[in-house]
Amino acid sequence: MRIEDKKGILEKRQFITQSVRDFFCSRNFLEVETPCRIPAPIPETHIDSVASGTWFLHASPEICMKRLLAAGYERLFQICKCYREGERGSRHLPEFTLLEWYRSHSDYTDLMADCEALVAYIVPSLGKGEELSYQKETLDIRPPWERLTVDEAFRLYASMSLDEAINTERFEEILTDEVEPFLGIRKPTFLYDYPLPLASLARRKKSNPLLAERFELYLFGMELANGFSELTDPAEQQRRFAETAQERSHWGKPNHPVPEPFLRDLAKMPEAAGIALGLDRMIMILTDTNIIDDVVAFTPEML
Amino acid sequence: MYNASDLRKGLRIKIDGDPYIITEFNFVKPGKGQALYRCKLKNMVNGSQFERTFRSVDSFEEADLQEKKMQYLYMEEGKFCFMDNNTYEQVFLTADQVGDAANFLLENLEAEILLFEDKPLGISIPNFVDLVVKEAEPWAKGDSVTGNNKPVILETGYRIMVPAFVDEGDKIRVDTRTGEYLTRVKD
Repeated sequence: MRIEDKKGILEKRQFITQSVRDFFCSRNFLEVETPCRIPAPIPETHIDSVASGTWFLHASPEICMKRLLAAGYERLFQICKCYREGERGSRHLPEFTLLEWYRSHSDYTDLMADCEALVAYIVPSLGKGEELSYQKETLDIRPPWERLTVDEAFRLYASMSLDEAINTERFEEILTDEVEPFLGIRKPTFLYDYPLPLASLARRKKSNPLLAERFELYLFGMELANGFSELTDPAEQQRRFAETAQERSHWGKPNHPVPEPFLRDLAKMPEAAGIALGLDRMIMILTDTNIIDDVVAFTPEML
Repeated sequence: MYNASDLRKGLRIKIDGDPYIITEFNFVKPGKGQALYRCKLKNMVNGSQFERTFRSVDSFEEADLQEKKMQYLYMEEGKFCFMDNNTYEQVFLTADQVGDAANFLLENLEAEILLFEDKPLGISIPNFVDLVVKEAEPWAKGDSVTGNNKPVILETGYRIMVPAFVDEGDKIRVDTRTGEYLTRVKD
């Protein structure tokens, strides 16, 4: 789309962003801005940070958000630019906008309820009813939404079991090829309870130590948000960071300094849950746009 | 060598000894998972197509392709012979490889020959070529008024519709992309 033709979408973008702010402010979430340039990124096997001098541009604001939780702030949200090396596709930009929110004394089920309420708040304000249409498909957004464990979803839709997919390093391929097309089709879907190795910052599930309390939200087969009950045990977090560092080496990726102040503060952090939602993608869905390029004024290729 | 992050539409890579061009490309990455590079590829030798998903650890050989300016010499037993004027090296292209360009090939015409590891794959010729009309019905008075076109045969054997005023022996300019008449040219 030509930049001249994006005006309608960019106006809706402003409206949606404002609605998001209204939603969280009216629920007593504090909007914060944290530094996007940080000395030590969160170790993630498959997320590569963009270097900025000897520091890094954050891939998500989660370190600082959690340190605020540890300092006693109970409800927080942030809308900010995040940066990920090499991520460019019809739904990916290397510089994109995340909405993150965090709540103390909560777990991932509370975040799922937040998602339902947020969409139920925004959609009617855009003059749409309880049905949301995107690329000729229609979704009933009335809560409760569909909830499927990762294991259930693989049993339902995949050609192999979840264990087999993970052991053959084909989890992502099977998930995107065979499972995702069925998620968020009649109702939005929460895909939840990920195997522990796929959730390095999430809390272990009490009833099953092999699983983590992590979920992803899907609308129209598109992954929109990732949330979890936060891991608050510094020792376990340190162990998982070490495992992640090993995995990065296995994939031939460099490792960076560990965020020590974050690990230190984790000991003070109350039980909490946090989520990151791709705001550009939400705007894609709400403006019926099928390519992320069209919901931002500029793509990197235009610069 | 290319890495998966180099993949993009139009990139030409070598797989199992054949050159492939990426005709469609998308980057997919679930949540915190590994990146997947979905490609549609077309074999540049036989035109067959397939889809494949690559991962960040995959790497690719560059397809050794080059375009060389060569001169058309002659056709023999259904093959078209071209020569590099600097090295006098000659290559032969099949009718399939030459395609519609065969309609406009005249001795000494300079063309770009696409070579894969020194073997010819295809040809591109200039967008406009000037050719002499070899056979045409004589022009009857009044034809220009009605604006009727008529078929003529060019020196390459190509049959083309031209305005009625074009005569045998005239030179005309043809758009090789559409195969259509553009104008009459004076020598």
